[in-house]
Amino acid sequence: MDSHAAAAQRKTYFLVFGALLVLTLTTTGVAFINLGPLNTPVALAIAMIKAALVMIYFMHLRHSTFLTRVFAGAGLIWLLHFIIFTMSDYLTR
Amino acid sequence: MSVVAERTVASQARPPRRHYLNVNYGVRSWLLTVDHKRIALLYLVSITLFFFLGGAAAVLFRLELLTPRADLFEAETYNKLFTLHGLVMIFFFLIPSIPAVLGNFLVPLMIGARDLAFPKLNLLSWYVFIIGGLFTLTAAIMGGVDTGWTFYTPYSSTYSNSYVALTVTGAFITGFSSILTGLNFIVTIHKMRAPGMTWLRLPLFIWSHYATSLIMVLGTPVLAISLVLVALERLFQLGIFDPRLGGDPVLFQHLFWFYSHPAVYIMILPAMGVVSEIVPCFSRKRIFGYTFIAFSSIAIAVLGFFVWGHHLFVSSQSVYAGLVFSFLSMLVAIPSAIKVFNWTATLYKGSIVYRTPLFYALGFIGLFTIGGLTGIFVATLPIDVHVHDTYFIVAHFHYIMVGGAIMGYLGGLHFWWPKITGRLYPEGWARFSALIIFVGFNLTFFPQFILGYLGMPRRYAAYPDEFQVLNVMSSAGASILGIGYLIPLIYFFWSMRYGPYAGANPWDARGLEWTTASPPPTDNFEYKPQVSQSAYAYDEEQKVG
Amino acid sequence: MAEIHGTAALAHQFDDPEQQVEASTLGMWTFLATEILFFGGMFVAYIVYRMSYPQAFAAASHHLDIILGTINTGVLIGSSLTMVLAVYSAQMGRRRGQILFLAATLVLGLIFLSIKGVEYQHKFHEHLVPGAGFQFIDADPRHAAIFFSLYFAMTGMHAFHMVIGAGLIIWMARRAWRGEFSPAYYTPVEMLGLYWHFVDVVWIFLFPLLYLIGRH
Repeated sequence: MDSHAAAAQRKTYFLVFGALLVLTLTTTGVAFINLGPLNTPVALAIAMIKAALVMIYFMHLRHSTFLTRVFAGAGLIWLLHFIIFTMSDYLTR
Repeated sequence: MSVVAERTVASQARPPRRHYLNVNYGVRSWLLTVDHKRIALLYLVSITLFFFLGGAAAVLFRLELLTPRADLFEAETYNKLFTLHGLVMIFFFLIPSIPAVLGNFLVPLMIGARDLAFPKLNLLSWYVFIIGGLFTLTAAIMGGVDTGWTFYTPYSSTYSNSYVALTVTGAFITGFSSILTGLNFIVTIHKMRAPGMTWLRLPLFIWSHYATSLIMVLGTPVLAISLVLVALERLFQLGIFDPRLGGDPVLFQHLFWFYSHPAVYIMILPAMGVVSEIVPCFSRKRIFGYTFIAFSSIAIAVLGFFVWGHHLFVSSQSVYAGLVFSFLSMLVAIPSAIKVFNWTATLYKGSIVYRTPLFYALGFIGLFTIGGLTGIFVATLPIDVHVHDTYFIVAHFHYIMVGGAIMGYLGGLHFWWPKITGRLYPEGWARFSALIIFVGFNLTFFPQFILGYLGMPRRYAAYPDEFQVLNVMSSAGASILGIGYLIPLIYFFWSMRYGPYAGANPWDARGLEWTTASPPPTDNFEYKPQVSQSAYAYDEEQKVG
Repeated sequence: MAEIHGTAALAHQFDDPEQQVEASTLGMWTFLATEILFFGGMFVAYIVYRMSYPQAFAAASHHLDIILGTINTGVLIGSSLTMVLAVYSAQMGRRRGQILFLAATLVLGLIFLSIKGVEYQHKFHEHLVPGAGFQFIDADPRHAAIFFSLYFAMTGMHAFHMVIGAGLIIWMARRAWRGEFSPAYYTPVEMLGLYWHFVDVVWIFLFPLLYLIGRH
């Protein structure tokens, strides 16, 4: 990797780190604000953005092959399926 | 086009001087091997031992069931016997059987690779299997577990006075063996195929093992956490599954069956892959509907994760969820049926060569169809309300697991035995034991359909007098079946010393594994294969790249 | 300082280094998929019970130390930064950077575990460990006990994964010190990085779900 690309990559890491810290403080702060039923979705949305940042930039999915991204997504999708189908029992009892 | 002779003649087919079995000797060379073929044999020995242990448990409780009263064992002992039978047969025999023995041996050979992607992980998976087995055996010797292999809560998590924590630890550890095998197969099949071996030229055995590996990887971890939670609940009185403490026992059932239903597809898909290899070879024909069979394996693996609630129909699960799970359970039968139709179409107008592997494959097709059809019956909600927890269910899954999976395993073992050992097994004895197994199997399990329909519950040491005749038939069948399984043990051992040399391709089969010597060299191929032929090219000569 | 270049070690089953790197990457992501489902089972249990006992869960969550939890989240995110910089150093062939950043990751990980230990100790003193000694007055104690059962199970399993990660970091740092890695071959460091980041991602979800219920 040439020095420009290398420096850019390092800078990206620090930017992402900064964003993650900001999002962490945000999610803690927002928890004290009453958003009614939206508190949980907002907290989850922030968590998902943080997780996406870690996976795309720190775990290098940005530079990975399509197959690698499929593998990365497969576990998440399967967990979502597990949650949804289990809840289909609990929510309709 | 060469035709297989009436008697499979052992050609002047001495094995190569150096092959994977004699390249070095000594216990260390086996216990520290990273050769996938040797690891396959390590598994073969281990699972055979476990099979006869699980079978012994069955012999004992089938003895008890000769009489209506619980007069041979106490009820608690009886419960421990059927629990041991289920645990050992499922986790320590069926789940590893074809993938860890035939899959480990054949996957690299079939795709033209030198080994799996991660040979050391492969060896680790065997050690993990053994350690898990030792934990479970220790628990069994100390007094065992009486919860059934399904460990339903809160009995397993709170009330049982047996060695639950130790046993679930053993099952937990063994699960990782499964995960490592699946991980290895997935990466190997993606990344290590020989030049020219495109996805649609892969043997169907590979497609079925890829699908099986998806299930192993995505399902087994959920079993692992279910067992951890049961152990934690027992040790720390957590209350997650205890209704007195606000817990929901049905939650355990969701967690458990999310894995354990797909697990049955782990047990059957590899056997289907074996049948897909045997049928074209002994019909001397290309397989009918290759693409349909390939994708049906993936469909079974995926759909298999959408049906687990059919084990919870009478558990107080929501009726609406039950309806959805019932419908999806019908759907999952479709890809299996597609396979049966395609195998039949392959046999149709084929030049059938009658050898033992084909007998097992034919047995599979017939018995799996019966087991599968009864699966549709029990997927039907109102029927299941009647037959749940009866011998109807027991018969249903034994038709698939024994009539299906074990026949597939034995068929595969016979088909590839020449490749694995370089020797031919005795065909006469093999046919005889296949017949014994077929007769014994049906005598054991068909009466159980009737018993279940008449209302005999499962997991009981005692039963009403009117069920005795059918139970005696079933126990008699079990003895015959047991003898049937012992005979191959004897002649396989015999063949390793006295069997005629097999040569590279005694069946004139197609597939890369048949282009290399029997037994193969450690690195599998003298030269890296180049593939230019589609699979099952029985209308052409085998092209060696 | 003279950089020591490792050899591009090629295992016998592979044909070329690219195949080896791709296989290792796919293998590690497959393993991480199994971990997602392993933790996932506990998330399913959490969702079921939080929906069933919302007040008890909120009341129980208030007893978790939100300051320590937020700090710990920051610490873990920091350790992810140092880990990715360790991988970057390996990619650039900087042996000193590899070792320093791996050490920093280890230190931050140990800080996380220490803070967790402090939190666990507090819970023990407050009689919030499920079992015979559990006491809770702000809501139904049985339902609050389920919250704390899940809290200890999930954060405990997470901590266990971090301990394993810490061990792997020490092993990797030794290999780095022996000059095993170079721009041509640094796959093991990258794979360790994937594992460590995954453990961070699990915490990213654990933190709001356990610490931030009904804080308003």
